[in-house]
Amino acid sequence: MRGKVVIAGIGHTAYGKLPGRNNLSLNIEAVRNALKDAGVSKDQVDGLLVKCPTSSFEMMYGQKLAEAMGMVPRIGGVWDQGGAASASMIGYASMAIEADQCDIAVIALADNPKTGSRNAYEKAWGDDGMYGWFGTPAGYAMIARRHMQQFGTTAKHLGAIAVSCRKHGAANPNAQLQMPLSLDQYMESKLIASPLRRDDCCLVSDGAAAIVLMSEKRAKQMQVNHAVPILGFGQGQTSVDVALRPDLTTTAAKISGATAFQMAGLTPKDIDVGQFYDCFSIAPLMTIEDYGFCKKGDGGHFVSGGCIELGGDLPINTSGGLLSETGMPGMQLIVEGVRQMRGQSTSQVRNAKTCIVSNQGGIMHTHSTVILGQSL
Amino acid sequence: MTTETLPHPELTDTNKPFWEGLKKGVLSYQHCKVCNHSWLPARSECPNCLEVDWKWTPATGRARLISWVVYHVAYHPAVAKKLPYNVAVVELDEGARLITNITGVQDMESLRIEQALVLSIEEEDGWSLPRFKVVS
Repeated sequence: MRGKVVIAGIGHTAYGKLPGRNNLSLNIEAVRNALKDAGVSKDQVDGLLVKCPTSSFEMMYGQKLAEAMGMVPRIGGVWDQGGAASASMIGYASMAIEADQCDIAVIALADNPKTGSRNAYEKAWGDDGMYGWFGTPAGYAMIARRHMQQFGTTAKHLGAIAVSCRKHGAANPNAQLQMPLSLDQYMESKLIASPLRRDDCCLVSDGAAAIVLMSEKRAKQMQVNHAVPILGFGQGQTSVDVALRPDLTTTAAKISGATAFQMAGLTPKDIDVGQFYDCFSIAPLMTIEDYGFCKKGDGGHFVSGGCIELGGDLPINTSGGLLSETGMPGMQLIVEGVRQMRGQSTSQVRNAKTCIVSNQGGIMHTHSTVILGQSL
Repeated sequence: MTTETLPHPELTDTNKPFWEGLKKGVLSYQHCKVCNHSWLPARSECPNCLEVDWKWTPATGRARLISWVVYHVAYHPAVAKKLPYNVAVVELDEGARLITNITGVQDMESLRIEQALVLSIEEEDGWSLPRFKVVS
């Protein structure tokens, strides 16, 4: 299946605070832009896969969005994996296209926690509210602490991730936060759930993004410009409860990445640029390790010294990621991966021919990987 | 969610023995007679072999620290007055893991993973909570 399906179009809304817009409206704007980019009319779309908005989960959301756009897709629905969903839907849509279950698929994601409800990110975990166990940041802090004590990872190592993402976000005119960050400023930022600081935590954002998928053959037939081939994909899942995870410092990225690399016939050495899900700084650091870019425990050293900045060995999150472009759970990383493979990023990696994208959900419960190749 | 008391567990037939045991000063975990697996929180089937032949078993109260965080932000009004406070993952000597708090620590940043802990049941809001102290 390597390279047989392409991303033919990308689209998104503005990112940040978008009052007065519900998530259907945001989704429709992103889909409209993605269809225009691909040169596809909505009547040609017969697959519509959607990530349900985290802040207002509802049944049959995929069908509601289809109805709001007057679409009657053959393949349709919501994929429930939190932030891993967008990349996983690329895998599902690719297999559906390859198996002739649909011809052209749209994958979309919208949410508005900035002007809507943030409750989903601040609630108590299971029956453990009585211990004060609340909120997503603390879940990641629990993992970060173990990693720091087990491997000697430091606050400055985590800071290097934030500094890099903020640098790339500052160069992106559509980023919600276009403000570079120094390591000193990072070290002074307020502790939220120690060891994590404010600048380790992603933005809270309204917005939507969408992509259009079709076979490579179809893209050539329709003379699509800049179609980006999907070289590999994979997934991994682990326990929902952080406490029950046998090893806190190894994630589902390991099996997900290995699956995607095997499908693509590539190794980490072959990757030119990465878009790593950075809901919290510890997540890309551990994903880099689990994908095999360095040894387990060496992630802190790997990300230091400019390696992950534009001009380094593995530039990451070249549009700013969740820490700077938008807190959107994942689709913006895929969109930026496509821009890199088209040569259209605001922090373009010269001669980039391969891009790895990680998506993950919950407290690293779910993981999904996509490897993209240079545009046709 | 705007109440001033923390959300308490919903008692079910499955988890009732856990909380009733704590009222009597006993922390217990579920132990599978078929495969010997031990676990928390309460479930009706063994998550290892899927069988239902298990029993509530008293724990020794000895445990080790897997990881912990220190909250500097209150995500619920009832914890605002406790800031900064910690939440920890601990593993009982018998293998089951739970979310809890480490009590009686002056400098919460000085804790260490794998540190030896011992059970200390504390009363709060009418519930007996299994918390842990550092073994000195």
